[in-house]
Amino acid sequence: MEYHLATPFPEDEIRKLKVGDIVFVTGTVITARDEAHLKALELHEKGEKPPVDFQGVGVFHCGPIMKKVDGEWTVVAAGPTTSARMEIFQDRFIEAFRPAIIIGKGGMGDRTSKACQEHGCIYGAFTGGAALLAARGIKRVREVFWLEELGMPECLWVYEVEDFGPLIVTIDSHRGNMTKEVKELVTARMERMLAEME
Amino acid sequence: MTDIEKVVEDTAVELLRIAVTELPIEYVEAMKEGLEETEGAVGRAQLRNILENVEIAREESKPMCQDTGVVAFIAKVGDGFPLRSRLKEVLVSATRRATGEVPLRPNAVDMFRGNTRDNVGLNGHVPIIYIDLMEGDDLELIAMPKGGGSTNIAAHRMLKPGLGWKGIKQFVIEALADAGSLGCPPYFVGVGIGGGEDLCMILAKKALLRPFQVRHENPEVATIEGELLEKINRLGIGAMGLGEGPTALDLHIELSARHPASLPVGVVISCWALRHAMAIISKEGEVEIDKSA
Repeated sequence: MEYHLATPFPEDEIRKLKVGDIVFVTGTVITARDEAHLKALELHEKGEKPPVDFQGVGVFHCGPIMKKVDGEWTVVAAGPTTSARMEIFQDRFIEAFRPAIIIGKGGMGDRTSKACQEHGCIYGAFTGGAALLAARGIKRVREVFWLEELGMPECLWVYEVEDFGPLIVTIDSHRGNMTKEVKELVTARMERMLAEME
Repeated sequence: MTDIEKVVEDTAVELLRIAVTELPIEYVEAMKEGLEETEGAVGRAQLRNILENVEIAREESKPMCQDTGVVAFIAKVGDGFPLRSRLKEVLVSATRRATGEVPLRPNAVDMFRGNTRDNVGLNGHVPIIYIDLMEGDDLELIAMPKGGGSTNIAAHRMLKPGLGWKGIKQFVIEALADAGSLGCPPYFVGVGIGGGEDLCMILAKKALLRPFQVRHENPEVATIEGELLEKINRLGIGAMGLGEGPTALDLHIELSARHPASLPVGVVISCWALRHAMAIISKEGEVEIDKSA
């Protein structure tokens, strides 16, 4: 099924989505990678708030190339980065900030999948490396935070997006995890292959 | 700056621009074939996105991927080429310029001070520069920026020599199965064997640069390349690791002698965006650029 959703996503919309569905997002998507996740969680644990609200919007694992044109930030290239690096704290991030969709590439693991089930979130995979296609869906750069401190790839870029996608739902809120299923098949094939070579 | 330094610097900037904006046409054709042979809608969507993205990059002269990687240069300096010890400084300066001009994403991170913002640092090791010597009067220069996702799935193992070719093959297959979806497949695979713990990795990285689908000159090695490529594709990782479409487009093996007690094996993997461009610069400063795979 194909869905066109606007942020903030209501939870019942998120719960409808299943692994293999295709989603296009309109609204707010905020980039966050390793450093931004860490910093946001540190603030949360101190009882402070990050400068932007992630609730109901998209969190994009992306370190873009940005350029200032006539004093305004513009996106040059903004494809997804490998989400697996965020697996170590994505569950805490989802619990603390309640985003609606995590956007990245390469899929994520059990901790994230469990947090998606508990808090009504999904993971949407964008084609890795397709940075210019992704940039076309970004209509405006609304704000940037932590640029000085974390640098261009790691800071928080707040984007206004329109029909951003196609995103393949590879983790739904019902413990479905497409990447994990493929990985298990690959591992089984590998084991058989290695045994046949003995 | 001398005239020849200027030519080399300008050429190095241009090579980086070509590498990140123009994917060699041979790779594009291979992915088009892969798309034709892929049945599943998810896999087809991934390959179509890649192909459309590559097209935009070429038309708009923009980096095809936001991760323009850590820059590497592979240089062969001819006996009579006038630029010698200053070559490294010139390539560092070209990297700084390309970061602003192409642009490239700033990707050099200092563990204490953070991102250096110009793709240069630390202690002269980034950009990575390999310099070799050759006969003649030319400079052969390759720019090869490589992204973090596929760099993170490289594998290295010191095998027991008794495991021989079977052990090597099994290790390569395991490395690819472990890589799974993480490094943006369809992949290109470089395998380096022998030489020591360091050289096998360098051989593996340079193996990626052998022209597309050209097999090793030793027919026995060529056969093993074909066998491994076929087996890796049977793993069924698929485009973007979603189980549909090609897993790997090519695999090259490079070999060195090894210590009797050691069997070092390196596996270096590239994402679908195997970015590189080469130029030959004559001592008079004439430049010939090669964009082929």
